[in-house]
Amino acid sequence: MHKQFGARIGIFLLMKGVRMLTLLFAICLISFLLIKNSPIDPIQAYIGADMMKVGPEQREKIAAYWGLDQPVMVQFFNWGSALLSGDLGTSMIFRRPVSEIIGERFLNSLALMLTAWVLSGVIGFAMGVVSAMKKDTWIDRIIKWYCYTLASTPTFWMGLLMLIVFAVWLGRFPIGLGVPAGVLAGDVTIADRLQHLFLPAMTLSIVGVANVALHTRQKLIDVLASDYVLFARARGERGFMLFWRHGLRNVALPAITLQFAAFSELFGGAVLAEQVFSYPGLGQATVEAGLRGDVPLLLGLVLCSTLFVFIGNLLADLIYFIVDPRTREGRSL
Amino acid sequence: MSILEVKDLSIAFNQYTTGLKQETIKVISNLSVALEEGEILAVVGASGSGKSLLAHAILGILPNNANVSGTIAYNGEALTAKRQSALRGTEIALIPQSVNYLDPLMRVGKQVRTSAREGDAVVSQRAVFERFHLQPDVERMFPFQLSGGMARRTLLSTAIVSGAKVIIADEPTPGLDPAVMREALSNFREFADQGCAVMLITHDIESALTIADKIAVFYAGTTVEIAPVEDFTGNGEALRHPYSKALWRALPQNDFIPIPGSQPRPDHLPPGCLFAPRCPLATHTCDQAQPEMRNLRDGVVRCIHAT
Repeated sequence: MHKQFGARIGIFLLMKGVRMLTLLFAICLISFLLIKNSPIDPIQAYIGADMMKVGPEQREKIAAYWGLDQPVMVQFFNWGSALLSGDLGTSMIFRRPVSEIIGERFLNSLALMLTAWVLSGVIGFAMGVVSAMKKDTWIDRIIKWYCYTLASTPTFWMGLLMLIVFAVWLGRFPIGLGVPAGVLAGDVTIADRLQHLFLPAMTLSIVGVANVALHTRQKLIDVLASDYVLFARARGERGFMLFWRHGLRNVALPAITLQFAAFSELFGGAVLAEQVFSYPGLGQATVEAGLRGDVPLLLGLVLCSTLFVFIGNLLADLIYFIVDPRTREGRSL
Repeated sequence: MSILEVKDLSIAFNQYTTGLKQETIKVISNLSVALEEGEILAVVGASGSGKSLLAHAILGILPNNANVSGTIAYNGEALTAKRQSALRGTEIALIPQSVNYLDPLMRVGKQVRTSAREGDAVVSQRAVFERFHLQPDVERMFPFQLSGGMARRTLLSTAIVSGAKVIIADEPTPGLDPAVMREALSNFREFADQGCAVMLITHDIESALTIADKIAVFYAGTTVEIAPVEDFTGNGEALRHPYSKALWRALPQNDFIPIPGSQPRPDHLPPGCLFAPRCPLATHTCDQAQPEMRNLRDGVVRCIHAT
């Protein structure tokens, strides 16, 4: 049975791998073509304000140097082969290799997203469970009202609200950035970083709980109305014991899956939150790259976020596949 | 004295119909039935006659919108909600209908062990599995891996390890092949012979007759007759209520003749005797009020014409 399970996991991962490669290829092609056809002129973006000083001959030389005079598919091929050898190109805004910038920004974003992800998952799950166990009481109504309100709250608005309350009125937290301004990089402490992380992470967590809380609530209500919970009650189980034995394990699995699948929303939320808090993460870099026509950085970020969301979904599938006994042990009997 | 006595039990549900209009639907009315130690009482009747609800009412696991009136007494003392919750799973055990009543994500051995009330749970679970010819590896299985017969025996095991004195089996036989069914039924007989009281809820009269001591016939949420099993014989001359007779004659091995009409829906109950609209003996008096249960020839019947 175990050997069979190993083989099934292998096939599962192989299929997922194939799917990821085709997805990445499609994303590469589409975003390349989109940018090619966008009004961004790469030469203008590169030269910037000095455009007036550059003559047509020089422009042609730059175009030839970058291969911009070649057909679109050849350009795509050139970019693609550079990509395969690990070269994402050089960012125009930062004048540094794209991979370096993404690596650095990714760490910042990861700290933010991970904090928000864990907090919203745990708090949201707990809220959903309380709400379902106390269905139709005042606490359930408060939680439901809170979740519906939050589900329709834009992240950036919540971010602004947090800034007004905690940074401006209370003055308890910094108004933005990832580290204190005017301090040498070597002198920045972990406490400084955490303090700067706090508000954006809280914003993302507060907005993120609604989804998992409402989902958990509904799922637990279904479980509590199920035949097996009825039978458990007929056998004398009740209250917390009943939830612990039968509720938790039947609700945790879908909740975990949902939380992993929510990576994409997390990423989308992080883009807005980082912008509001001027937090130097991937999201902020994406906005910058888009607004200022930094094509290599933008393409690199698109690939990076695709990978990130894909891995989130893959983990969700994988966890379901491994943890649920119905798929794990197969219907062999 | 009866170990379990249900008297004039009525169950109604509040339901919202259109908008905020609330409607009360009476699904069980004036139901009376008693269980004796060492005895199997089979509760028979068409689906929708309130058999499962009776089981849930005895255990106190009805949904919140149910209004219950009447009395249920256990060992002569009224079964209050508090007592019910203390007796559930210790003195009174339920054997549910299907494998859906097992937690899909918990190994069945563990589910049986959580029912054990005294002694070493693992020891008693293994003993009962052995008694029911369940292989030792079954305890490591999940409910979806069980066959129909294995699931049935697992459900039965939960009742046995609990050591309950009253066992309520809700449709334990459908879907079983004849051999497994005979085995399951003989287990109930064994229970009863050990001094337990068994309530066997079923619509399979034929197999109920093979093991039961008494048969309670349900119609539209009430008992119409409680008769000793011996009365179910011949053309049903010994039976008291016209519905019991009709039910008996409708069986394939008897005349196989159904009576016209169908059981009234809970929201359209007739004012008097619930069976009057279909009854060949019905008179004007039958439409006035629901007849009381009365003793007749070693049984009980709810009919003014029965002799």
